[in-house]
Amino acid sequence: MDRNDLQAIADQERASWKPVRVRCCTASGCLATGSLTVKKALEQAVGQRRLGDRVDVVGVGCLGLCGRGPLVAVDPGGELFQLVTAADAPSILNALDGGPVSAPRCDARQPFFTSQLKIATETSGLIDPESVEEYVAGGGYQALARVLTEMSRADVVQEVTRSGLRGRGGAGYPTGLKWATVARSPGGRKYVVCNADEGDPGAFMDRSIMESDPHRVLEGMAVAAFAVGASHGFIYIRAEYPAAVARLRTAIEQGKKLGVLGSGVLETPFDFRVDVRIGAGAYVCGEETALMASIEGKRGLPHPRPPYPAQAGLWGCPTLINNVETFAHVPAIIKKGGEWFAGIGTEKSKGTKVFALSGKVANTGLIEVPMGTTLRHIVEVMGGGVPGGRVKAVQTGGPSGGCIPAEHLDTPVDYESLTRLGSIMGSGGMIVMDQDTNMVEVARFFMEFCRDESCGKCVPCRAGTVQMHRLLTKIAERRATHADFEGLLRLCGMVRETSLCGLGQTAPNPVLSAVRYFGDEFKALLQSI
Amino acid sequence: MAESSHPSGDDRFKGLDVTMKRHQFRPDALIEVLHKAEDLFGFLGHDALFHVARGLKLPPSRVYGVATFYHLFSLKPPGAHTCVVCLGTACFVKGADRVLKAIEECAGIKAGETTKDNQLSLSTVRCIGTCGIAPLAVYDGSTVGYQTPDDVRRHVKEWLPHGS
Repeated sequence: MDRNDLQAIADQERASWKPVRVRCCTASGCLATGSLTVKKALEQAVGQRRLGDRVDVVGVGCLGLCGRGPLVAVDPGGELFQLVTAADAPSILNALDGGPVSAPRCDARQPFFTSQLKIATETSGLIDPESVEEYVAGGGYQALARVLTEMSRADVVQEVTRSGLRGRGGAGYPTGLKWATVARSPGGRKYVVCNADEGDPGAFMDRSIMESDPHRVLEGMAVAAFAVGASHGFIYIRAEYPAAVARLRTAIEQGKKLGVLGSGVLETPFDFRVDVRIGAGAYVCGEETALMASIEGKRGLPHPRPPYPAQAGLWGCPTLINNVETFAHVPAIIKKGGEWFAGIGTEKSKGTKVFALSGKVANTGLIEVPMGTTLRHIVEVMGGGVPGGRVKAVQTGGPSGGCIPAEHLDTPVDYESLTRLGSIMGSGGMIVMDQDTNMVEVARFFMEFCRDESCGKCVPCRAGTVQMHRLLTKIAERRATHADFEGLLRLCGMVRETSLCGLGQTAPNPVLSAVRYFGDEFKALLQSI
Repeated sequence: MAESSHPSGDDRFKGLDVTMKRHQFRPDALIEVLHKAEDLFGFLGHDALFHVARGLKLPPSRVYGVATFYHLFSLKPPGAHTCVVCLGTACFVKGADRVLKAIEECAGIKAGETTKDNQLSLSTVRCIGTCGIAPLAVYDGSTVGYQTPDDVRRHVKEWLPHGS
């Protein structure tokens, strides 16, 4: 298998596609609303109407608008149908001959779709995630082939550095710099780890990417492994994502058979083996040092950095850790060039970002937009705003982030702007809250989360989150005094400064941002004495 | 393999042995092996934990430590049916607390408990990532969106003989 063979597979696959492709979303959101029965009904109808020679029914990844699932799209044309039932599904085929369709149409020209720029999710919803041939037909594994035959390791690192890509897991560390550090680290054995422990509640970008396009993630990892000099990779994925786990495993098997994974990748001396490791429900394992402990089969306890994983990671070897979305950006950067990617977005935040839009908003689902798009555009124009209400705040960054109030909706979304507002970019969850949302309860909700998820290793986080939760409960129940409130704020500062890892250091953020913008709600609940 | 099979003669231990062998009895496979044990037995009993400790040559304390650290491992046998309520942020904003309360009242148990007749285990989860159709509940492994207190009551009552 070499580059020409890949091209041949792509040509052959595209030639085998029938003129009409009925794409049925089989990502988790639509699966939960019954998309498999819809797909089955469509397949039966194609059989009964003897349309088999011109119509293909394919299960594809996420079509984006999860709140209106099950979704079905029809090519050519890309006409979209929403809330499709098994009974309505066959009527979609009527449209081929201009007949009446009972399944509700979904406007594919609404801003939710047209404002998007898809890079990491480029082929999500277009191809069958369980078919490596479909991925190859869309240009898949060409970036890896190019890297292995035309580029040096330094070239690859330089291309990624030039792109300005920053870690999409939350912290925003420059990806090129991280790759360069691991590449420079001495040591015969190195590892590449994909952080797929997407634990922030309200975030489902990585799940969607893995369910929709698992080969893209594998290709990104393989490119990274070549660049840093690793030959073994791990994907650490949370057990709450069974569909993603199954598709990744299928993809790895297919990759090995095709010769894009395993030993002698694409008939070059480069070896790359990937193993899946499944988490077991510990939020702290999203933190990189805890994640590595978990891969080693231990309790997910973080350790202080330095040493950073880039110097001493898995089993003491230099380890590159990036998250799913970061890896998913890599193939496009290699194919189209770092400069192309750097031309998108803002000065310091390049490229696009995938966001998971949920909560009190009309259009819930997954979007990918250029960095620098304003929150207002995302929430009100693309998301359609709050049905019958108004936006009070948008929560970003999960339990490490904060609530951005409505008056700041015109802020462009990039790493620095969100940090200035007291929140963080985070992994990409965006939960819209309306006027009925009680911000004290929101703060308490996140503190309860952090209290439950604290690993217990360091005292500030273990004891601090318990105390902060107790004080927030006291406030919510109108039993707190001003002294309690002051104490809560002092405790926030202490836990932030003295905790061992990111979980504790950022646990106070939701409280601090709620107090900063909605302090009156807290004060109104305090006892006057 | 003879030395690692279990005196009880329970075939499921054989399945566990196969998994450990596939991982070459490496201690770093502990979590993978515990997942397999949970799949086979439905929970992690002392028998299974000791068996894993012996197989991977780890102190039982280390195995127990890992089994109790991770939320998804359960050391108690589950009920005949399971109901998991998602308490992620999107579900929270859309009223997951009312959904949970409805089940708790209906079944007479709190999250993390099993009914006395072993019919239903109720638990919560921190986001399963299908926030687009919040609030969510997972009944016996299948996810259902847009849940209301009435929906969950209806669902759970089917499993409880007297509707409690």
